[in-house]
Amino acid sequence: MTWVLDNLDLIAALTLEHLRQCLLPILLGFVLAIPLGWVAFRFRLTRGLVLTVTGLLYTIPSLALFAILPTVLGIRFLSEANLVIALTIYAVAIMARSISDALGSVDPAVRQAATAVGYGPWRRFWTVEFPLAGPVILAGLRVAAVSTIALATVGILIGVENLGYLFTNGLQRRIIPEVFAGVIAVMLVALVIDALLVLAGRLLMPWAPRRTAGRRRRLALRLGEAA
Amino acid sequence: MIEFRSVTKRFPDGTVAVDDFSLVIPARKTTVLVGSSGSGKTTLLRMINRMVDPTSGEILIDDESVHDRDPVKLRRSIGYVMQNGGLLPHLTVIDNVATVPVLTGVPRQRAREQALELLDTVGLDRSLAKRYPSQLSGGQQQRVGVARGLAADPNILLMDEPFGAVDPIVRAELQQETIRLQQELDKTVVFVTHDIDEAFLLGDQVVILEKGAQIAQIGSPSEITEAPASEFVASFIGTERGTRALHAKRTGAGTVLVDAAGRTQGVLVEGDA
Repeated sequence: MTWVLDNLDLIAALTLEHLRQCLLPILLGFVLAIPLGWVAFRFRLTRGLVLTVTGLLYTIPSLALFAILPTVLGIRFLSEANLVIALTIYAVAIMARSISDALGSVDPAVRQAATAVGYGPWRRFWTVEFPLAGPVILAGLRVAAVSTIALATVGILIGVENLGYLFTNGLQRRIIPEVFAGVIAVMLVALVIDALLVLAGRLLMPWAPRRTAGRRRRLALRLGEAA
Repeated sequence: MIEFRSVTKRFPDGTVAVDDFSLVIPARKTTVLVGSSGSGKTTLLRMINRMVDPTSGEILIDDESVHDRDPVKLRRSIGYVMQNGGLLPHLTVIDNVATVPVLTGVPRQRAREQALELLDTVGLDRSLAKRYPSQLSGGQQQRVGVARGLAADPNILLMDEPFGAVDPIVRAELQQETIRLQQELDKTVVFVTHDIDEAFLLGDQVVILEKGAQIAQIGSPSEITEAPASEFVASFIGTERGTRALHAKRTGAGTVLVDAAGRTQGVLVEGDA
């Protein structure tokens, strides 16, 4: 505990650094997954191909990906770019499927109603289908965000300092509280980002049914029946 | 005026939904297309706003072929009301009503003000404006659907089984509202239903369809009831047995009319209506 208290500055600095490194891959992964998810949703022929390939991407071990990317893209092995691109690929792998599923979750009757009243295809996608796919997209985004935040710690193996530093440094110097501090800090970052995403979802999609509210109402009903 | 000229629709799987169909739909009247499922009535309706394009033949609105019109602009110029209202669940009531004006470029604020007035027109309380469709009853959703159909002040209103999913009491209410609105607004209404009673109630011109959109009979409700063109029409409208097959029964107080099930449906009053 004393180690943690003595090194709060270090932990805070690493946490901010960690966040900064994660935000870009989450955002990029989300943006890149939209066209991929759409192609997978829209055309039956490409559906299997896109989802299989993006699914396979996720199975590449991160260390292998760090080794492949520099040779393919001509970036340095020990660089933040290497980490950011690898994390983006993993985020895309998760998000492409969830965006495809999310678009599939939109009621076809609503899509048809939008067409019938005079939405053009482009406008219909961005102002009707995409927002209505929002709840399912958000679920995928939450998984991608949390997984990116956890995964980013491997960056320390290619010399990118973030909360992962606490793991390697703590192990090498046999300071167990330092390792635990790292684990807890990563979890906290993940929890905070997840909570922010949920909050953003509530604000952006006030029309979406809230699962918790429904459960509470159902519980209230059941209690009412019992009484 | 809407005109179908030898219109045929063959779907990719080979089914012929509409086979050589011709019809003139007069302006400022309500025309009801009525038939059981598979009669192609909804396909006919959707061909008017190019949700479906015919395989052959053409459809004209005021002597102009719809095929020459841009489908998106054409749809914005025609009101469309569908089953369950077809509302966009992520927009509030007011924004649902304002959809089409906003699409055509009317500033949102002005479109919303007009939408509020339309809520009055269809008999909805303005306090519902900020609600989402899921917070409304089926009947209320349907009224919002009608308000949205009217929002761009179109000359033509297409109604695709709009009251099919609401309970009978609400349906009767909405039917009366539709009659009132039509008297006030004077639109060219094309209404699709499988319910002959609804067709006779709302239609100035009723078109009874058989499989493949073959016209079994066209006429006013009275013309059809007084002279059914075929066995099919007679059984469809129920003049042989059912609610429209009435027998005179003399009682001490005068003659009453009794249906096939023995229920008294009304009193016979001699003289012209």
